[in-house]
Amino acid sequence: MPAGLAAKTARITAKHAWIMPGATPGTAVMELEGTDLGCVRGGRRVFSGVNFTVVSSKPMVLTGANGAGKSSLLRLIAGLIRPAEGAVALTGGDAELSVGEQAHYVGHLDPLKPALTVTENLTFWVRFLNGRAPPGDASAVESGLDAVGLGELGHLPAGYLSAGQRRRLSLARMLAVPRPIWLLDEPTTALDAASQERLGRVMQAHLDGGGIILAATHGPLGLDGAQELRLGPKVAGP
Amino acid sequence: MALIDLANPTRFLALVERVLPWLVAATVLAFAIGLRGAFLAPDDYQQGATVKIMYIHVPNAWLSMAVWGVMSLAALGTLVWRHPLADVAAKCAAPLGASFTFLALVTGSLWGRPMWGTYWVWDARLTSVLVLFLMYLGLIALWRTIDDPARAGRAAAILTLVGAVNLPVIRFSVDWWNTLHQPASVFRMGGPTIDVSLLIPLFVMGIAFTLLFLTLHLAAMRNEIMRRRVRTLLLTQAERA
Amino acid sequence: MTAIITALAALFTRDARIAIRIGGGAMIGVLFFLTVVTLVPFAIGPDLALLRRIGPAILWLGALLASLLTLDRLFASDHEDGSLDLILMGRIPMEIVVLTKAVAHWVTTGLPLVVASPILGLFLNLEPVALGSTALTLLVGTPALTFIGVVGAALAVALRRGGLLMPVMVLPMTIPVLIFGVAATNAGVGGTVPFATPFTILCALTLMSAVIGPFAAAATLRHGME
Repeated sequence: MPAGLAAKTARITAKHAWIMPGATPGTAVMELEGTDLGCVRGGRRVFSGVNFTVVSSKPMVLTGANGAGKSSLLRLIAGLIRPAEGAVALTGGDAELSVGEQAHYVGHLDPLKPALTVTENLTFWVRFLNGRAPPGDASAVESGLDAVGLGELGHLPAGYLSAGQRRRLSLARMLAVPRPIWLLDEPTTALDAASQERLGRVMQAHLDGGGIILAATHGPLGLDGAQELRLGPKVAGP
Repeated sequence: MALIDLANPTRFLALVERVLPWLVAATVLAFAIGLRGAFLAPDDYQQGATVKIMYIHVPNAWLSMAVWGVMSLAALGTLVWRHPLADVAAKCAAPLGASFTFLALVTGSLWGRPMWGTYWVWDARLTSVLVLFLMYLGLIALWRTIDDPARAGRAAAILTLVGAVNLPVIRFSVDWWNTLHQPASVFRMGGPTIDVSLLIPLFVMGIAFTLLFLTLHLAAMRNEIMRRRVRTLLLTQAERA
Repeated sequence: MTAIITALAALFTRDARIAIRIGGGAMIGVLFFLTVVTLVPFAIGPDLALLRRIGPAILWLGALLASLLTLDRLFASDHEDGSLDLILMGRIPMEIVVLTKAVAHWVTTGLPLVVASPILGLFLNLEPVALGSTALTLLVGTPALTFIGVVGAALAVALRRGGLLMPVMVLPMTIPVLIFGVAATNAGVGGTVPFATPFTILCALTLMSAVIGPFAAAATLRHGME
């Protein structure tokens, strides 16, 4: 009886672990695996036969020419596009949640509402993505903004931010809402040298904590030991 | 984003600070004289005391048209002469004009109620004022939609001028529509046959409301200039960070 | 459970805040309502007796158009800045997200229409009972219009088409609401039909659309996002 009860409690706790502040589900080693993935967009075949395996603390970098399908692959893993063939599987994470629900996606756009202040924007994401209620959310928002150097600008309407500052706000979102998988599409766009360095440190900290990073990029990201997945005309693999 | 040339607005603000107390006093005085004259004026033999609403309704109707004229001048100032304060004047005049139009509508409706038995009869004059009200509200909506003051100013200026050209056309059309559907109405709101003893308080009330508009307009322009300065400061803060 | 409520409350507050802060907010819908109601007498003449008879119909048509034409931006803004992607990757079922956004839209746009309807009814020479009857049926019926409209809003975003396509798609589905809304209003004033009959059917339509609309819209948003 106690064993059954313990198992039941473990299942319920795992399901709602995301509610508990500070808990990052899947602190065990996680593995994100894509098998034989194919993608068709707008009637055009973007890629096929893509295989990869990414594990905790070991980042993977996506490279390839424009149009090779780096963005499509990231969106596919995030669950925003359905694969034409193949599947993505995550082991070691939260079994009750999909991959996308345990991932951050930073694409070409910066999701913020110009009519709201910087703080209001980030507070919304913290509450919506993490379910963290007031007053606990304020500290997450503050530390997120401080970590990317936007701490002084919280009261400003988000419409007043420059492109680089909006990018940093997107990155602040990843810090304020803990999720194990980071899917980044050219994260250094619009960032100056200092901010790029800061981004590198932030990504390294995430990897050190057992996180997974899959980033598409044209240039170096400053991550040691990154695997490379090259997408292109031939069938791709690591 | 260009920093506002602070020279003209600063001198303007100094002028406003000096003039405003006098304007307030003049407005209060004019209202006092006008309202007293209105109370003492004789009742109409047909409508009784309700004719006194005329002293509020008619000046408001005048001003609703006049303010659109002021905005049209400001629009020319923005588009043709590029005067830096023209769009501030236009932006601040719009809500005031809308308020005067609204008061004209409400007082007109209340004035007609005893006569008509309902609050509204689509009479030619009041209907024109209603259309004017809609145009004011549309203009205010345009001001509030566009964030950048300079772009908003240009868009609003164009809409104001187009509206100014259209207003006589609309007025003519509404008159024509009214005669099409109704025989000549027996009730004329403040027609030309007003006795002089009634005209003087009306004139004074007209001046009083005009002074009210001037006072509120200058105060609103001062506030708007302040608001834009705050916006510039915030933008600079974002740029420097 | 509290996490879901926090998330939905945050979504509702955000949508309401944006609606109020931008471009006149809710008032643009009321302004459109007022304009439509003003246009009708210009078209048919200021015959007060006629206006009184068709007044409820004019008010319902105006509220319907004002509701629907403000809806097509419901998801467009989130789609354009990438927020929709993140909302899809959130842990709240999309159906409930759509429901929350629809409720936020109704509170900021539909409810002001309901409040404005008695004043506009005065322009149409409606008597007090008719004013109250119209307001009550609009209160119960405008949510149905919003819930039906979200399907069109989702399709507009997924198909990346704007303009009149969305209203054309959605308007036929709002016909039952219009029929029973006007019937209930007229029944409330007098006549042979008891008020309860069309009114309860109107309530049923609202409840039905509250379920069907969000489900259809969520499915569209999930699978249409290519």
